[in-house]
Amino acid sequence: MKRVLLALIASATIGTLPCAAVAQDGPVMKRIAETKTVTIGHRDASVPLSYLGPDGKVQGYSIDICLKIVDTAKEELKLEKIDVKFVPLTPQTRIPLLTAGTVDIICESSTHTIGRSRQISFLNTTFLTGSKLLVRKTSGIKKIEDMTDKVLVAVLGTTNEKAAQAEIDAKKIKIKGEIVKVKDHSQAMLNLEQGRADAYVSDDVVLYGLKSASKNPDEWEIVGPYFSYDPYGMMIPRNNDDFRLVGNKTIAKLIQSGEMAAIYKKWFEPGPTNINYPMSDRLKENFQLIALPD
Amino acid sequence: MGSYNWNWPILLKEPYFTWIITGFGKTILIAVLAWAIAFPLGSAIGIARTTDSRALRLGGTAYVEIFRNIPLLVQMFLWYFVVPELLPADWGRWVKRDMPYPQFLTAVMCLGLYTASRVAEQVRAGIEAIPRGQRNAGLAMGLTSLQVYRYVLIPVAYRTIIPPLTSDFLGVFKNSSLALTIGVLELTSQARQIEEYTFAAFEAFTVATVLYCAVTGIVILAMRVLEQRTRIAGTIAVGAQ
Repeated sequence: MKRVLLALIASATIGTLPCAAVAQDGPVMKRIAETKTVTIGHRDASVPLSYLGPDGKVQGYSIDICLKIVDTAKEELKLEKIDVKFVPLTPQTRIPLLTAGTVDIICESSTHTIGRSRQISFLNTTFLTGSKLLVRKTSGIKKIEDMTDKVLVAVLGTTNEKAAQAEIDAKKIKIKGEIVKVKDHSQAMLNLEQGRADAYVSDDVVLYGLKSASKNPDEWEIVGPYFSYDPYGMMIPRNNDDFRLVGNKTIAKLIQSGEMAAIYKKWFEPGPTNINYPMSDRLKENFQLIALPD
Repeated sequence: MGSYNWNWPILLKEPYFTWIITGFGKTILIAVLAWAIAFPLGSAIGIARTTDSRALRLGGTAYVEIFRNIPLLVQMFLWYFVVPELLPADWGRWVKRDMPYPQFLTAVMCLGLYTASRVAEQVRAGIEAIPRGQRNAGLAMGLTSLQVYRYVLIPVAYRTIIPPLTSDFLGVFKNSSLALTIGVLELTSQARQIEEYTFAAFEAFTVATVLYCAVTGIVILAMRVLEQRTRIAGTIAVGAQ
């Protein structure tokens, strides 16, 4: 009886060896292998990248890509089934939750910056955008230089706020007062609708989303050449090379198979919220560059 | 916390260091100015609620119930976004476009009016804690109602309520963090901004916590000294020790 038991244990150990070998590098893959669950951090209103649909389901462009990454992880770990758990995040909670291991991967709309990479790791860029201005059509503002004596609003701590400040300083544009900093998109939009501010600076994809969701989309326009470069990437904890590889491999495969273009089309051309944001040439080039050979 | 990279020196780097200092300064300024509104206004309303005039009592009660029953966060929002829309068009435009420091002043006013309702309750409780006989004795001696308040009720009541008033004074410092919802860059919002820029969340909020504790600690000490200095032997203020 004892011998049978030993044999069983031995065979079980050998059976799990391959996955143990894959899971050696970082805690995330090990955790996924043990719990057979991937926990995805998401946002509630980053339309259409990561948000709650009308039925309360987590959805979006970033979410679709992440679900493919989960599939690859399942294959790599040779798991029969894998569960996906969603955890809602805010910009304030995402880093603590990721570093504490509450979530395995964050799929939303975060700009990849060097400063942020000190704390967490980004997967390859899956979306490109940049700062532009949302203004009333009647305002006469066509670019940031037209903001002289006008009020500019931005969401606190965004890369857009930083870029707008740099642009204003560099071009010596005299806006009225200082940039008004609010806590989220809806507050910024309220400032604009009430006439407290003349322009809202944000990633243009966000602005297109706000415009399409506003009461009267024809009243608004998005103006200006880009004055910042905002590449988005999924975030994972640092020092998880194996998990990072799973992610980047998935992204490369999706591009090669044409699935990435299909996912993009589903969400942006014109997309469920009618955002109508065709794939830019820059993003196409970016996809060519990161579709690494096997 | 396994994979968190502690990076304390980042707080001393520019512009983050300046952000913390200006944020801290603004927090103190909001709190002190709001208290400058709350203390006199709250005193007036609290006293009004103890007078014999029915109209004054009703007015005071209405004020207190309105301002303490609406969440402060909602009040901030109402003052900043809703009230300017209700004003005549010209005034509304002035508030929205030409008023200097619109977010800051709105936050100070909102916090001051809210805290006044709390101060009013403390003042009323302090006055009502004094046995009715003292008021009657004062009146019987020929003092006017005003003199009874000035020489009998208020000196004792204010000494009694120093401890609960301290709590409200501390509350102003802590509640000032809600000003970030309308765009005031005080300490909490600067901590958030540093977090967004650097992702050094724990460092930024730790320093904010330490600064809040430092300033509230100083307030507690100062109020304790005030309490001891103003003590009158033989009054209930001593009995409460």
